[in-house]
Amino acid sequence: MKIPYRIEMEKRLEENPKWLPIVTSLGAIVLAFLISGIILALIGGDPLRVFKFFYNAAFGSWGALSDVVVKATPLLLIGLGCGLAFRMKLWNIGAEGQFYIGAFFASLVVLVPLVPEDSPKIFVLTLMGIMGMFGGALYGFVPGFLKAKYNVNEIITTLMLNYVAIYWNNYWIFGKYSDAGFQMTPTFDKVAWLPRLADLARKYPAFSGITLHLGVVFGLIAAVVIWLIISRSRWGYVISLIGDNPKAAKYAGINITRNIILVMMLSGALAGLAGMSEVTGVVHRLQERISTNYGFSGVIVAWLAKLNPFATILVSFLFGALIVAGREIQPSGLSFFIQGTILFLVISSDVLLHYKIRLVRTTEEIA
Amino acid sequence: MSDTSIDYANAVEMRDIVLQFPGVLANDHVDFTLKHGEIHALLGENGAGKSTLMNVLAGMYKPNAGTIAINGEQVVFNSPKDAIAKGIGMVHQHFMLVPTQTVTENILLGLDEPRFFMSLPKYDQKVQALADKFGLRVEPTAKIWQLSVGEQQRVEILKTLYRGAQILILDEPTAVLAPQEIQDLMGTLRIMVSEGKSIVFISHKLNEVTQVADRLTVLRKGQVTADGISLEGVSKEMLAEWMVGRKVIFQINKKEQVPGQVVLDVQNVNALNNRGLSALNNCSLTVRQGEILGIAGIAGNGQSELAEVITGLRPCQGKIMVNGEDVANRPPKFAIDRGAAHIPEDRSGVGTAPTMAITGNLIMKKFDQEPISHNWRISYPAAKDFATSLKSIYDIQAPSISTAAGKLSGGNLQKVILAREISGGPRLIVAMQPTRGLDVGAIESIQKLLLEQRANNAAILLISEELEELLLLSDRIAVMYEGELVGEVDSKKADLNTIGLMMTGALRSAS
Repeated sequence: MKIPYRIEMEKRLEENPKWLPIVTSLGAIVLAFLISGIILALIGGDPLRVFKFFYNAAFGSWGALSDVVVKATPLLLIGLGCGLAFRMKLWNIGAEGQFYIGAFFASLVVLVPLVPEDSPKIFVLTLMGIMGMFGGALYGFVPGFLKAKYNVNEIITTLMLNYVAIYWNNYWIFGKYSDAGFQMTPTFDKVAWLPRLADLARKYPAFSGITLHLGVVFGLIAAVVIWLIISRSRWGYVISLIGDNPKAAKYAGINITRNIILVMMLSGALAGLAGMSEVTGVVHRLQERISTNYGFSGVIVAWLAKLNPFATILVSFLFGALIVAGREIQPSGLSFFIQGTILFLVISSDVLLHYKIRLVRTTEEIA
Repeated sequence: MSDTSIDYANAVEMRDIVLQFPGVLANDHVDFTLKHGEIHALLGENGAGKSTLMNVLAGMYKPNAGTIAINGEQVVFNSPKDAIAKGIGMVHQHFMLVPTQTVTENILLGLDEPRFFMSLPKYDQKVQALADKFGLRVEPTAKIWQLSVGEQQRVEILKTLYRGAQILILDEPTAVLAPQEIQDLMGTLRIMVSEGKSIVFISHKLNEVTQVADRLTVLRKGQVTADGISLEGVSKEMLAEWMVGRKVIFQINKKEQVPGQVVLDVQNVNALNNRGLSALNNCSLTVRQGEILGIAGIAGNGQSELAEVITGLRPCQGKIMVNGEDVANRPPKFAIDRGAAHIPEDRSGVGTAPTMAITGNLIMKKFDQEPISHNWRISYPAAKDFATSLKSIYDIQAPSISTAAGKLSGGNLQKVILAREISGGPRLIVAMQPTRGLDVGAIESIQKLLLEQRANNAAILLISEELEELLLLSDRIAVMYEGELVGEVDSKKADLNTIGLMMTGALRSAS
């Protein structure tokens, strides 16, 4: 028997309405949970109960919600940085390394120390923020310079530099700055801790135990700044132009070399700031594994957000929730499974932005 | 199929072909008949549906409706392979050859035989014999990248002949050829016909059609406007009317005017091409205010490199003075700031950013100037006003200014580029192939815009392969051959033959 219909893909020629990408992305996320649910049911689980458990683990209490935001903060900063580079078709997948170097440079302020004792908190933290961004920018400069001057593939260099950064970090925490031979530095003085909501517990008892720290504000400010750059500034126009057609950009008189380096540096600076926010807001020392693959998850976050800074806020929140919920559930791989399915479907859903799917009645073929 | 059926059946009979593309009816109930042993010209503007119709015949597209008969036998092609099996061969506008392989290897590519072990010399001989038979001069052992465009085209033709094609479709074969090469091709076509092959010749150049074809079919907007008529008694004016539906003015008003000061002064410039070989050899030229200097030459003789060194896209030795300042080896911005506009050869690859909106493409050279930008900001309302006004002044046909440039037709894309370049009030315009591949209507409006700029006292360097265009627009014509400017003629006294001889390197003159 022949099916009298066939599916045809037709290129979209007219403008897409603004809501279309949002609808397809949300649809893809819903579909991802649906597929995960079906698989859970197939292996004998109760998808509704699992998802309910998931929901409670992530949003069930103020404490859980605060944990989600804490996890989302580095993802947001890194996702913004990667998103900016991706707009220029610069494939910076070195955020993990830039994060570590940022954390390292920020920690130097306390470890060396670079500030006199009794320095005010605001001064110490500001300097740590600047150092973190400087370290990340420096670490973005290297692959950016190599790409711009010698056309060295940035995917390879940024990826490889991640490992260099991790071992660089290890060298110092195992050696000079080790706390009594442990693979970590001594806990920072409280002057180098980012303010937390829990600090206000004496005044507002409801905040006790809430670990939410100031880093999330860095992330939100960065989102606004990146949005301004992308959609309001000259530089944002230049970035899109280079990303769309570097030959046209060169023809229009734009200095591509300089812009590649600058974008890589800003991208790295944001990852470096994430590193600073993590050591001052969460761990309060420099140690091994301060990142749980934030640098790589950030790449995914940027893609899922379609490089839009405000969407990056939402997606990093979703990913923060998946990370927090994943801790509470067995097998813990489930949350990675859902992450993977979401990524796969959201990226596939792009096809709908370029094509219309139509059901067509098959015409009778000539015998 | 019996042998006798060939005698009265036509080689190809396409009836009522309908092909719908999204938003466009590319072929609207088209009939097409190709007789045995004829050269049949298929004419029409860009987008008239010529290539589409022939792609249907070659099995690339499946029509929504209609029938195809080859030698009287009804056929349905599901892929190009089916069409090749029926003896149909198509030479596309863009060649499909592997540059690092030899001619023979390219010809054998994709065939069932040789299966595994290749004895190349044996096949070299076969290819050579075939080439000799049809007057297609080409070295079977040469690598494709070593060949000129004309030679590469011969390889494409050999490819179809080797596969046993009886019906050959040539899609705008002369677009890339020099005058002499065109004559060679015509000779080959005549040999093929005498060998019993039938040929479809797609073109929009009226001269060639009248020279070589037996019959012609004209398409306009997907419909047939002249169906297989004999060429006798058909004038160029009639052809043009069938193609565009109205009389085309072949003369453009070019005012007499006295050129002013020298704007562009290129002095003894040398430059290398992308492969590191010499591309410009001691070139010197001047262009004055209100003057168009045409550069004639066959593609690949250094014209692209000349345009690039002037606009700062390619390093060079020598001096390039624009209004008295040397722009050689400066970044592109330097020449732009000194009033140099550039209409690049590659509209989509260099001249525009494809996914960006028309607005973004129009502000490409103004995004850092008032009123479009204030300090670090871009004022998108101002950019939109600017784009809206250019869209109406230059008659850019598009749904809106936020349409992506990549979705525009060639003519409208070129209008976007011209609007951007001309709106800056340029003192120098370097225009490379500004009308190539455009339809008659668009060509006319682009040529008018260039003449307007001439009247506005801009100095224009017009690089083109269309001699008629150069004669029409230029005040003087210089000819490039192998990176050298081999001669210059006054366009009023110019003679096509002389220029043609200079283009092929057969004649040098110092005027």
